[in-house]
Order: sequence, then structure tokens, then C-alpha cells
Amino acid sequence: MADLSVNIGQLKLANPVMTASGTFGYGLEFQDFVNLEKIGGIIVKGTTLHAREGNPYPRMAETPMGMLNAVGLQNKGVDYFVNHIYPKIKDIRTNMIVNVSGSQIEDYVQTAGIINELDRIPAIELNISCPNVKQGGMAFGVSPQGAAEVVNAVRKVYDKTLIVKLSPNVTNIAEIALAVEAAGADSVSLINTLLGMAINAEKRKPVLSTITGGMSGAAVKPIALRMVWQVARAVKIPVIGLGGIMNWRDAVEFLLAGASAIQIGTANFIDPSVTVKVADGIEDYLHRHGFSSVKEIVGALEV
Amino acid sequence: MKKYILDLKVTENVRLHANYVLIKLTQQNPLPEMQAGQFAEIRVDGSSTTFLRRPISINYVDRSTNEVWFLVQLVGDGTRKLSTVRAGETVNVVLPLGNGFTIPDNPSDRVLLVGGGVGTAPMLMLGHTLREKGFNPVFLLGARSASDLLQLDLFRSIGEVYMTTEDGSLGEKGYVTQHSLLQMRRFDHIFTCGPKPMMMAVAKYAHSVGTDCEVSLENTMACGVGACLCCVENTHEGHVCVCKEGPVFNIKKLLWQI
Repeated sequence: MADLSVNIGQLKLANPVMTASGTFGYGLEFQDFVNLEKIGGIIVKGTTLHAREGNPYPRMAETPMGMLNAVGLQNKGVDYFVNHIYPKIKDIRTNMIVNVSGSQIEDYVQTAGIINELDRIPAIELNISCPNVKQGGMAFGVSPQGAAEVVNAVRKVYDKTLIVKLSPNVTNIAEIALAVEAAGADSVSLINTLLGMAINAEKRKPVLSTITGGMSGAAVKPIALRMVWQVARAVKIPVIGLGGIMNWRDAVEFLLAGASAIQIGTANFIDPSVTVKVADGIEDYLHRHGFSSVKEIVGALEV
Repeated sequence: MKKYILDLKVTENVRLHANYVLIKLTQQNPLPEMQAGQFAEIRVDGSSTTFLRRPISINYVDRSTNEVWFLVQLVGDGTRKLSTVRAGETVNVVLPLGNGFTIPDNPSDRVLLVGGGVGTAPMLMLGHTLREKGFNPVFLLGARSASDLLQLDLFRSIGEVYMTTEDGSLGEKGYVTQHSLLQMRRFDHIFTCGPKPMMMAVAKYAHSVGTDCEVSLENTMACGVGACLCCVENTHEGHVCVCKEGPVFNIKKLLWQI
């Protein structure tokens, strides 16, 4: 049996498979399909200081081998999370991680501070890359200065593992990753969705209520893989790779490119049990190739 | 209700019309419990342009043969590909999803089931369930033309059937809400599924005569389990997922201008 465990900051994951925020609810929505405790980490829906209704319907457009979404961080706010959701998920024996979003630095700081007090939440993922909210996260995530500013401020109030989720909608993602690392992040996760658009030609109208939205799914994998490779070579902190992972082979490709762990997002919609299949597939791959630990294949791309 | 991911075997795929097929699926073990108004997310294999599953309402569950039926309208590449499955092949489904129609407490003949187009599909299952519980369901089915009215023999075997067609080729000419039945009789409960403008007209009628009314929505969705928050409908409680809180809603919960 190969050792699948990986470390991200102070986090210990039983295996490198995590779920991407906004694609797995609070985990509970998937408990009929998978044993949640077999997933290395579950990153729950983006949480903000105050409740958000999100964008108007329609919020989704299917695209070739992918989809666009324009949800806009709909959530009931951090207090609701603490009082109503945390009690239901705190006893799930895996790493339950909260994705934290905001539209100003003070919101991020307050939300992170509140979540810092929750014993069973060992990490947060700071979302500085949501393309679907006005003056929202992505504004911070597209410049090294903006990204560093948020991370610096949150680092002061948050003492557990701090993961920062990066936007691919930038010219040089490695530059942002370096800024975030210098500001005290324990890890970076990438990529968030790519800004895209869909048009209904017959109606001469945009498909999404917000006109543009975030693209995800199998179609984005080559871009995500390239960015993970670039970032992993630039930073010393562990990289979490995501973007279009549909199966174990995709996951292994991200590990080879330099990701220490991976997240599965849109694929959960197509196969709600895909997470455990990917973990099993990685283990089988290690066995077939004679590796005793998954750590041996992280960044093992031969170039 | 517990949800399942199942590989089901196609027992039959019948083309009912140029644009509709009826697909019957089974498995060795008894099929899970399913309610009228619930739906399945069906994976479409072999279509390069189809990425997501297709949400399809449950048409009927035949316990005697252990089959679940899906009436599929050929809309785009995904449903066209799905319509080509053959007996013996396997189809991967996630079910049962969402909440079904509310079965009233006291059996009566004052329940009206209004279906339009492919929206007649869940009305067959609902009619059966009501019949089993001692109701005498009344169906009001609408379509563009006579050939678009499907499964009529099955509907007639469960209850009274009234019809409208837009071209007048069967039943009364016009829309379901123009049918004379609605002038002559009053009902205690109305259940409806079909194109949104039709459901809004039915909801408006129900509201005007003070009749309880449930509608089944089909907002564009991705996950089907309340995770992605794409299929939201605006309600008195804010944006809620049609796939999880619906697809059946009492019109009192919705913010429709009726």
C-alpha cells in the first residue's frame, strides 16, 4: 500500500484529493454517494461576512467540455455558517476547510477571525479570485500588491493553515503566487475559473444574467496544468492544483506538474462519487509504477 | 430520501413521435423508492458537446416489471444522443432527486393535473399515485397539435382526460387555461408542469379562484443536488435551488407576478 498522505502547512491530508469550493456544497449533499471521510479535504462553499443573494438567474451555461457559472458567492454569511452549518459538519472526520471571500479587506479579516475560533476547521482558503462579484475578490487577486495586502491582513488574525486561491485571469500568475507567499500564505491553490462568456445567437442575448461568468470543466485543464507548473517552479510553499480534473489520470498529471494536492470541482456534477475514484486511481498508479509515497511524484515531470 | 448512482439497463426505447422517445430502464435489484415529481440526472455518453448530465423527470415507475420510465424530448445534442440508446445498453442515472408533488390528505375527484408538452411526463406518475390513494384525478393536457399529445391511453386508464391543442386538431382549440373545463368545475388542488408561460397562466388561474396549486420548475441546472447553486428560483425565502428545494413548489412560495 503506497502512502497517500500529504502535508499542506500544518494540515495533514490522508490523501491528496480535495473538493473545490462551490462544487461540493458542505459535503453533506454528497454523503449518499461517497464516504466523505475518504476524501483528503473538503473545501466548503465560499463564505462572506454578510449574507449574499448572489446573481440573478440564469447563472449557468454549458460549453463544449465545460461550463460557465455566474453564481456570485450566494451564501448566508459567516454567522449562519457558525451557528447552523458548522454543528452539522464538525464531526466529519476529514479536513473541513472554509473558503473565505469578501469585497473589502476588513470583510476578509473579520470573517477569517471568526473562523479561526472554530476548533474543527483547520484551514481556510482565501478566495481572491472570484470573477463573479463586482469589486469582488478578483480585484485583489489580479495584482501582486492587492493580493499581498489581503493576505498580510488576514495572516495577522488567522494562525492556522492559510491557503490562497489564485485567479488565472492575470498575465503572470507566478508573480502573484510569489507575492502571496511573501505575505505569509502557507499554500496556494489554482486555478479559479477563467472569465468567459456565452451568447444565444437566436435571441441575440447573453446566456448569463451577468453577461460574463467563470469557466470550468475539462476544457480548462491544459491552462490549469500550465499555470500549476509555472507556479510550482516559482514558490517554495505547497501548491494545490485544480482546473478540469475529471479522473485519476488528470490528477496524476497535476501532481507531476508540481501540485502537492489537487481539488476536484465541476467533475462532481457529472460523477458525484468521482473523488474516491480519483484517490483509488492515484494509489493504483503509485503501485503500478513502484512508488511508495505520493510525495515521490510531486513535481516528478521529466523535462 | 437516499439518492443513488445507478447503472440501469435499457429494456425498451420507443419513439413516440418525431421529437419524443420513451426510455424504460431496469436493474436486477428492486429500484429505489421514487415519488411523482422527482427527477433523475442522466449521463449522456458519446456526445462530445454534452458535458453535464440531463435532468429528466420520472414519467412512471412500474413496480410489476421493476422499470422506471423517462419521456425524453429531443431538444439538443444531449437528448438526441440519449434518444439513440438501445435495449440491453446501460444508462447511468442519479436518482431520485428533488421533492415530489404533495399528495393531499383526503381522496376526492377535485384534483386537476395540468400538463403541457413534455411537462405531461410527471403527470402520469402523479395520476397513478393519486389513483392508488383513492383519488379520481382529472387531466388537462395541452400541446401544439394532436400528434404532440402522448401516452393518452395511459392517461385515460387512470382518469378523465381533457385536451387542448393550439391548432385545434384534438380537444379544444387554444391553451389549457382557455379550456371550458375551468369554467364549469372547481378543484381543490391543481398540479402543473410544462412551459413556464403555461404554468404561470395556470398559477394565475389557480390564484384567482383560490385553489391550492403546485408547479414543477425546470430551471437550467448543473449538479442536481443543491451544491452548485446554478438553478435558483427567487422565492419569499430568497434564492433557492430548484433541484433541491423543488422542482415542485407551491405557488405561494414563488415571487411570480400572478
